[in-house]
Amino acid sequence: MTPAVDARAHAHPAWWAFVLHRVSGLLLALFLPLHFWVLGQALNGAEAFDSWIALADQLLFRLSEWVLVLLLSLHMMGGVRLLLIEFAAWSGPRKNWIAAALGVSVATGMAFALALVS
Amino acid sequence: MNDTVAQARRWYVQRLSAMVLALCVVIHLAVMIYAVRGGLSGSEILSRTHGSWTFGIFYAVFVVACALHVPPGLNNIAVEWLHWRPARALFIARLFGVLILVTGLRAVWAVVVAP
Amino acid sequence: MNAPTSTTPPTPSTTASPTAPVDPAATLQVSVWRGDAVGQFSRYEVPRQASQTVLDVVTHIQRHLEPSLSYRFACRVGMCGSCAMTVNGIARWTCRTHVANVAGADGRLEIAPLANLPVIKDLAADMSGFFDKWASAKGVFRGTRTRHDDFAKVEPASPERAAANAGIECIGCAVCYASCDVVAWRPAFLGPAALNRAWTLVNDVRDTAQEERLRAVAGDAGCHSCHTQGSCTERCPKHIAPTAGIAGLKRLAGRAALRGTL
Repeated sequence: MTPAVDARAHAHPAWWAFVLHRVSGLLLALFLPLHFWVLGQALNGAEAFDSWIALADQLLFRLSEWVLVLLLSLHMMGGVRLLLIEFAAWSGPRKNWIAAALGVSVATGMAFALALVS
Repeated sequence: MNDTVAQARRWYVQRLSAMVLALCVVIHLAVMIYAVRGGLSGSEILSRTHGSWTFGIFYAVFVVACALHVPPGLNNIAVEWLHWRPARALFIARLFGVLILVTGLRAVWAVVVAP
Repeated sequence: MNAPTSTTPPTPSTTASPTAPVDPAATLQVSVWRGDAVGQFSRYEVPRQASQTVLDVVTHIQRHLEPSLSYRFACRVGMCGSCAMTVNGIARWTCRTHVANVAGADGRLEIAPLANLPVIKDLAADMSGFFDKWASAKGVFRGTRTRHDDFAKVEPASPERAAANAGIECIGCAVCYASCDVVAWRPAFLGPAALNRAWTLVNDVRDTAQEERLRAVAGDAGCHSCHTQGSCTERCPKHIAPTAGIAGLKRLAGRAALRGTL
């Protein structure tokens, strides 16, 4: 048994970008089949679909939708950063992209929240 | 050596699908932000999506890209964090990919084609 | 640490030095790992001094407090990498780590052997696995020219040579390897140093083992398991970016897999 990497060694931005990207991906992956199943309810006709969508008006549902939009933005922006690192010319860990990922996600989250409550 | 090639291909497919998804996600988020204004109803969704070839093709591509993009990620998490055997992790990850493909295409069918 | 732009090691005057005055009566509370895989941290009190490095602290402990303490060092001037240890959870060269930069006002230091390597005793880690992976990654030059052939002509300004130069200064200290979580999670993962060395050779136009090398570094035990956590690049005392080289290997291996040459 070899000593593990200490948690204090994780205190740098690229590490947190990795964790955020992996966890957001995992949550999105688990959410997807549920999302598809709800949409598939439309196969049972518009009324059945409506009764499901009526759930959407509930606060908890809207909150979880907002969280998912946030996760999606974070994962996508973090993913674009990785694509740049892997396919474009090397220019460091692209910490500006980490900042952009957070910024764009906050903005997207705000836009979606506004749309939800309007 | 065959394993190595398969693993390299999995990486490549995941990155390629990521590029497709980046585009799809930007469009999807924009559409969602536009669509949820003033609430969302089933008939509202269906009125937009029903019979629309654009919706159908776009979301079918989206679903296929998801089905290709998700399994390598889940495989990595299963091996690295859950310490599953590589064969088991790959099998479950692929199963999940099939689940996404089937439920996803069914959903696209439901909102675009079904009466 | 200041970031040198040249490839020579930094001279002592350019390395960060403590600016706060040092109280000669102050002591450091130092926890040092004793044992191997099984063991515990032992506490020692070490007098604090100006411009003191962590290696100075370990040496003081072994000479005056605990003669049975095992540790490695050689050059003590930041050229050999032998003194690499885990200081307050982070892999560093102890000869190049000023106590003032890591101990803080409370004077606490925690010194342990490098992570991801078996512990021989106390602060000495078994480096053989690290170098075995270097060999597995085909991190050795293979050429066909002999003394009877003309010199190979390598364009110094070419992108390949620039890429090789960016990674060539690695001295195999294992700080990157000890900082990488993928190494911890996947025992077969070659790690940043081995992959970086492979990258410098992949970019060496004289080398003739390219296909074999690419095959050795591709896949889940190789470059494709790097998740760009960037800890290697963050911690490398030579300011090498294995993340960059590994990204390059991913591209080449991906292309080869597509073409069927992998």
